[in-house]
Amino acid sequence: MEIAIKAKDIVKSYDKANLALDNVSLNVFTGEVLVIMGPSGSGKSTLIRTFNGLESIDRGRLEILGLHLDENQDEKQIRKIRRRVGMVFQQFNLFPHLTILENITIAPIKVQKRSSIESEITAKELLKQMGIYEQINKYPNQLSGGQQQRVAIARALALKPEIMLFDEPTSALDPERVKEVLDAIRNLANKGMTMVVVTHEIDFAKEVADRVVFMDEGKIVETSSPQNFFSNATEERSRRFLNQMM
Amino acid sequence: MRNHNNFIKQLIIGIIVIFILSILINNLTVNLIRTDMGLSFKWLLQPSGFAVSESTVPFKPSDSYAWALFNGWLNSLKVIVCGLAIATLLGIIAGTSRFNSNLLVRFIARTYVALVRQIPLLIQLLFWYFVAFLSLSENPLKIINGILEISNQGVYLFGLNLSLEFSALLLGLSVFTGASISEVVRGGLNSVPKGQWEAFRSIGLSEGDGMRKIVLPQALPAILPGLTSQYLNLAKNSTLAIAIGYSDIYAISDTTITQTGRAIEGFIILLISFIIVNLIITNSMELITSFLVKDTGK
Repeated sequence: MEIAIKAKDIVKSYDKANLALDNVSLNVFTGEVLVIMGPSGSGKSTLIRTFNGLESIDRGRLEILGLHLDENQDEKQIRKIRRRVGMVFQQFNLFPHLTILENITIAPIKVQKRSSIESEITAKELLKQMGIYEQINKYPNQLSGGQQQRVAIARALALKPEIMLFDEPTSALDPERVKEVLDAIRNLANKGMTMVVVTHEIDFAKEVADRVVFMDEGKIVETSSPQNFFSNATEERSRRFLNQMM
Repeated sequence: MRNHNNFIKQLIIGIIVIFILSILINNLTVNLIRTDMGLSFKWLLQPSGFAVSESTVPFKPSDSYAWALFNGWLNSLKVIVCGLAIATLLGIIAGTSRFNSNLLVRFIARTYVALVRQIPLLIQLLFWYFVAFLSLSENPLKIINGILEISNQGVYLFGLNLSLEFSALLLGLSVFTGASISEVVRGGLNSVPKGQWEAFRSIGLSEGDGMRKIVLPQALPAILPGLTSQYLNLAKNSTLAIAIGYSDIYAISDTTITQTGRAIEGFIILLISFIIVNLIITNSMELITSFLVKDTGK
């Protein structure tokens, strides 16, 4: 199988005492949905953010869609990667001073130098897919959390990425808004998008994930299929975590 | 009960204000009687008899005091408006540079602000005038041939001959205010959530595009009030022009007062001139704010 993301011996620390990432190695295959779980502070968000250069690494090697990254932050290389890798954040991070349409078209126009007409056509299609076409001329603060997160997904998809990263996409949502965002992510998975999802949604992971990675204290504790992970996790640490979750 | 207390408080404050005002007015009247002059503005129409080193509108000694003061006001306005533009540019460049990924750029911006803010403006003006400009040679230093040439006779820029006094004052005011503006800009940029930087980076925008299109527009509501007060500071600081011999409104008022002895009238005119300048600045900034800061549903 083709490898989309290859992480080798990644080390990252915010302060000298603690390692945020402690020799993490991981492959993500093309077309795969990889779910990362773990307690807060386990390094899962840090790991996913190294995949598009939002976090630098101290040691190790990354290969994203064949583009190499190491501890030398090569800005040009990082921008090349970001054009091909979309990201969705926990706090949506929409641009509050731009309309929904402008939020989605700014990257295609500025980064890919596409015409505004062409970018708007793409944006409208994406908004229809996400079921929020009526909101096109509103500002982010006028939308519900679930709607904002779907705009954020559309914004990331506007660059036609080959990989999508989701960093706890439903953690900041009201419970009744979670489903609409998970449905949108599920649709993407069904279309064969390569995805890395950090989430606490167990039912979603069971249904959509091809593999589940469990992290704790900056290390990967266990990697297995969702069936195995949720019914009989091999590691004691994973079982303790799952007991707390369920 | 509460209303009753409030009424008494307001009454007391009112009496105090009237008392202070009456002392001031009494003082003024007594002094005017003593100098035997009375309050009059007729002298404004008499010929001034002095020459003005720098004139925005044509001026000769036979012209009236009023025309001389108007000339000074225009000279002030000229240096203030140019200063605002250059200081804003410097401030935005230095303020955004504090967020540059390049260590050297950040260091230069930080040093500029630290240095300029620690030295009194008067000393900086004297430095620009006496050390930087007057010590130049008579042969123009051609920085860009035919566009920017500097000598100890003045500055030649885009076909305009700028006096040395104007250039030194403009540069001094701009460099000084630019440093303060850069801190206002930095504070505004800091008020934008970190997630916004991550979001523009994650969709592949360059740092420059992200700054211009995403971060700066959101920082504007936090920047504009501070910017207005820096603009007012620059306008008021422009009266230090007298120290390097630039004929601004204050310098010309000073000469006028010395010649006519009309100090009270002179200061009333000065006050009104500055109130006009500052009202122009405040109102323009309000207009700009309402234009730039959109209602986005929050």
